[in-house]
Amino acid sequence: MSTQTPNYIYNPLDLQNSEPLVFDTTSLKRGEIIINMGPQHPSTHGVLRLEVLTDGEIVKDVIPHIGYLHRCYEKHAENLPYNQVIPFVDRLDYMAAMNSEHAYVMGVERMLGIDKDIPKRIEYIRVLVAELNRLSSHFVAIGTYGLDIGAFTPFLWLMRDREHINRLLEWVSGARMLYNYIWVGGLFYDLPVGFEERCKDFITYLKPKLIELQKVIIENKIFIERTANIGVLPIDLAINYGITGPMLRGSGLKFDLRKVDAYSVYPEIDFDIPVGMGAMGTTGDCWDRTHVRVAECFESVKIIEQCITQLLSDHKRTREFDPQATVPKKIRPKVMDFYVRAENPKGELGFFFRTTGNTDVPFRCKVRAPSFVNLSVLQAISKNVMIADLVAILGSFDIVMGEIDR
Amino acid sequence: MTYSFQDIKEAIQAQFGADVIVAENTAWMQPQLTVKKEFIKDICFFLRDDARFFFDQLSCLTALDNGVEKNTLEIIYHLYSIPFNLFFILKVETERGDGKEVLPQIPSIVDVWRTADWHEREAFDMFGMKFTGHPDLRRILLPADWEGYPLRKDYIEQEFYHGIKVAY
Repeated sequence: MSTQTPNYIYNPLDLQNSEPLVFDTTSLKRGEIIINMGPQHPSTHGVLRLEVLTDGEIVKDVIPHIGYLHRCYEKHAENLPYNQVIPFVDRLDYMAAMNSEHAYVMGVERMLGIDKDIPKRIEYIRVLVAELNRLSSHFVAIGTYGLDIGAFTPFLWLMRDREHINRLLEWVSGARMLYNYIWVGGLFYDLPVGFEERCKDFITYLKPKLIELQKVIIENKIFIERTANIGVLPIDLAINYGITGPMLRGSGLKFDLRKVDAYSVYPEIDFDIPVGMGAMGTTGDCWDRTHVRVAECFESVKIIEQCITQLLSDHKRTREFDPQATVPKKIRPKVMDFYVRAENPKGELGFFFRTTGNTDVPFRCKVRAPSFVNLSVLQAISKNVMIADLVAILGSFDIVMGEIDR
Repeated sequence: MTYSFQDIKEAIQAQFGADVIVAENTAWMQPQLTVKKEFIKDICFFLRDDARFFFDQLSCLTALDNGVEKNTLEIIYHLYSIPFNLFFILKVETERGDGKEVLPQIPSIVDVWRTADWHEREAFDMFGMKFTGHPDLRRILLPADWEGYPLRKDYIEQEFYHGIKVAY
């Protein structure tokens, strides 16, 4: 081990060289100030730096600077076998690791051509844990959004409910946030005995809490005043910017990959796609986006209930069931390019693979991160808003820096 | 009706002539069409606005390095049409350049889909491709004074960055 101390010498110019300002400080008009929000700012949801050009309280322009959490996912993935990439996938969107694992694993299985051989019980368990994780991700999104704009109660309530999900998933996989539970061709382990019943209890507990949540945040007068007609994202702009997920649905398009691509066992499950209708203001405003998220929580509950019913009846636990039976011994797909996408809580998570056919490692593994694409629209819709509204707009995007910076 | 890969290819041929298509790969599970890079922007505009396809969403833009022997970089465009539920994959190939002063030039498609803005910045950041016509081509994930393009296959990281040792 090296005992050498780093010989870093502080030079104030280094900062300007490594991440220079985009706006020219010498040509500012009278009254204009450049303000840096972040990278260490509670309302930026991680290490995001916003370079804001302000005139008094008005935001003239905003430029996001990202990359503070870059951990070289794509370079790592080029050096690891497919199954060993899964823990790295967890760390992309650390709020919804199960969903990301599900998408990644689905892609590798389709490349291997084994996606049709996966037992139904495994698929139902995957959807069950993914929807639990979607709930917990939406809870964080809604809770911190409330916190951003001054509502403290929903945050605490949602953290309390999220704790139950974390404990359930910890029981399943051994980890609270980064699971490595869904494997290529199977699962790490079957559900623990009694999980379905406990999950049922949790759903019974959660249902009145969701109605409570709706009352305390979505129908709250202060919240409506604060979010309606703010940050309106018109649908044509949203599509042109590649926006997906609750943001796109908040803008009024009924587009959900769980229905469109009908992957896994989603076609066998009955659920609706909530969309923003502009009930409190304009379609595509911050209120609509949050409303879609809350409505999706109800849909996730529906999906979880149906999964549990299936896991207790048609696909119930047997002594012989081995969730690792279909796990391939060697993961070596044929030569091809393959793009797979799935609906994450944030939007369309895509994985692009280039395989060479003679190794177990991908030649290239690109992530199309939903938060990355969703954040790129920030500059377009936050011109001439108040600084406080900028926080409200950013919070309604539900970004996760782990996924943006990879 | 839904259009197949062949239909879309023939539509491109009819519009731009047969010589814009360099190669096609239909053997893979997701077929690809390689086109000349000079025409990529026009083809994208055509596919987006044509009433038969309406490829209104750019799902993903991937850059890829084939290594020093093949001496090519690729960019793969995943087009998706929300109204018709169609997928189409376009590809352009370009020489690698030396990765320092000489960088390959590719027309930017930011005017077609704004989402390409950050995707192209990322491709520039990681692979060193110049997108001509891009409004704001800066590094996006790495610091502006980082040396080299890390996802190139022959990348060797710099030894020191502001006096901090890079290799661990």
